[in-house]
Amino acid sequence: MTTTADRPEVLTPATPASSPARAPIEHLSIIVSKGTLDMAYPGLILGNAARMSGIDATLFFTFWGLDIITKKTIDHLHVATVGNPSMQVPTLLGGLPGMEAFATRMMKKEMDKLEIPPVREMIEILHDSGARLYACQMAMDMFKRRREDLVPQVDDVISAMDFFDKSAGAQVLFI
Amino acid sequence: MPTREYRGHLVSVNDEGFMTDSGQWTREVAEAIAEEVGLTPLGERHWQVIDFCRQDAAREGQPPGLRRISKLSGVAMKELYELFPKGPGKLAARLAGLPKPKGCI
Repeated sequence: MTTTADRPEVLTPATPASSPARAPIEHLSIIVSKGTLDMAYPGLILGNAARMSGIDATLFFTFWGLDIITKKTIDHLHVATVGNPSMQVPTLLGGLPGMEAFATRMMKKEMDKLEIPPVREMIEILHDSGARLYACQMAMDMFKRRREDLVPQVDDVISAMDFFDKSAGAQVLFI
Repeated sequence: MPTREYRGHLVSVNDEGFMTDSGQWTREVAEAIAEEVGLTPLGERHWQVIDFCRQDAAREGQPPGLRRISKLSGVAMKELYELFPKGPGKLAARLAGLPKPKGCI
């Protein structure tokens, strides 16, 4: 195991607490661009962890990320078994019928064991925590979705430029 | 291990200010920590959360995560954020004299 003693430190203990390098994160803005189960959770969990630590959180759902906040798809996100290099399954096998459903079931079971809530509940928790949830206008147009197709926890449908205005001073993360 | 004095009580804390011996906790200590983080006065609903966290930690051997608190303490998620605006995930445990919760939910 590596300990802090035998690897270089970015911040040395001598870095004063008042140094800008140690300034706490105050606002995290996450661009959620993928709609598979394995790519949806990281953004949702990070956003929630930020709020739990008292950090403002803004989530911008764009492209396939829209599936996470769309009524019809929110409960039916899948794990990608093809084109997902982290899957311990050869791509050819990943394409067989039933593989995706199987992998999705396995992942949901494991998450349940860890008491990680389903995506719909994660969105409710984020909303109740005060995180701001936005859908991307351009992606909405592209996928022909209307405001009423989205879950009610979504605060607004905005442009990418609006998103950057709302992210002033924030750390921006792309997933 | 640093030691801090809260209203005459000496308590051991870690670098982040979490108490390392929950046996040293008293309600007075909780009130003093609340003052330190700018959360005063503690009301009845704060105490409901703090008391739940202590009871749950005694049962489970670890501090409850925020989702667990919202489901079992009788204080819902939205109100938890109103009570502890600077981060209920960390603050509830810290005021209850418990370690920082390990979970992210």
